[in-house]
Amino acid sequence: MSFDNVYESLTEENDARWAFGTGFEDPLSGVDTSVPSGMDGDRLAAYCLMLGDDALIFSHRLQEWCTNAPELEDEVAIANIGLDLLGQARLLLARAGKADGSGRSEDSYAFFRSEHEFRHVRLAELGGGHFGHLIARLVVFSTWRLALLQRLVSSADPVLAAIADKGVKEVAYHRDYAAQWLVRLGDGTALSRERMQEGLDAVWPFVGELFRTHPVELVDAATLRPEFDEILDQALAAATLTRPELGELAGVSGRTGRDGVHTEQLGFLLAELQSVARAMPDSTW
Amino acid sequence: MKHDWPLYEVFVRGKRGLNHVHVGSLHAADDEMALHHARDLYTRRNEGVSIWVVRASDITAASPDEKDPFFAPSGDKVYRHPTFYDIPEEVPHI
Repeated sequence: MSFDNVYESLTEENDARWAFGTGFEDPLSGVDTSVPSGMDGDRLAAYCLMLGDDALIFSHRLQEWCTNAPELEDEVAIANIGLDLLGQARLLLARAGKADGSGRSEDSYAFFRSEHEFRHVRLAELGGGHFGHLIARLVVFSTWRLALLQRLVSSADPVLAAIADKGVKEVAYHRDYAAQWLVRLGDGTALSRERMQEGLDAVWPFVGELFRTHPVELVDAATLRPEFDEILDQALAAATLTRPELGELAGVSGRTGRDGVHTEQLGFLLAELQSVARAMPDSTW
Repeated sequence: MKHDWPLYEVFVRGKRGLNHVHVGSLHAADDEMALHHARDLYTRRNEGVSIWVVRASDITAASPDEKDPFFAPSGDKVYRHPTFYDIPEEVPHI
């Protein structure tokens, strides 16, 4: 059967994959979510929460570019990336609620936790700035996350492994998109180069935290650093940019995003993210 | 915002489609960016398995002014249609 119009193929598919309004199903509905024997459910839940929060909070920052991107085409591209990450967040937060036996829903995690209960790396919550800032954050975040998800594909928890497998394909594209812009801006005009370097300098103090070993994590983040460095150095060389030599932003008594210690930006972000759900809990549309 | 990114035309082949079909156009600075943008704009709903992009300026199109000399002469030549044959069932896509 041939379709003269590619959009005709839509009508043949079922529309279960669309989320219309509220009240859609648990994203892990129908999946066996029992925790494999020998695995600590609470630890698995805490780890899924970390990865889910990374995706949720960074996705929110990407959504802020809607109506603000420099080009219409890139606006859609950025929104797509945000949606991919939001999808990962849904799965990971749902996994967390199943793994620790609490049955807590994705919405409950997203909308009814306070700042200190969020476990994402501080890089994810950085907002504002220009397009060069965005691209720098996206290059760093997606390079790091891709390396991490590739490890998790062989996780002992089959649910987490499946979520990672789906995410690898998505984040590989995010990294490619960001790296192309990094090269385009870095190796572009004097102004674009300056902006791109500004972006890198701004994000750099938050890079060290990504590779800090945390006791809860199932993959030791420190082991991802060589791969991250190699890929980033390649991209920076192609972009004729220099790796910033800036120290790491300190935490509070050594505690950082993974411990619930965040920058002052997170409160404003959560106010926007959560205010509707908190003003009208349990409402549907 | 005014910019001088060239216009590209986008062709997508659907999952069960046999050929690439024109789906729209976009602006991009270079070919690679055009491919990325095409993926982001025109295959968001799982429509495609293959994308072609081509600069609109590289397409040579028939002019509407020449419509009659170009197309009218074939209008009355019904014998060019293969409608006088029985097509075997095993011959697909006709």
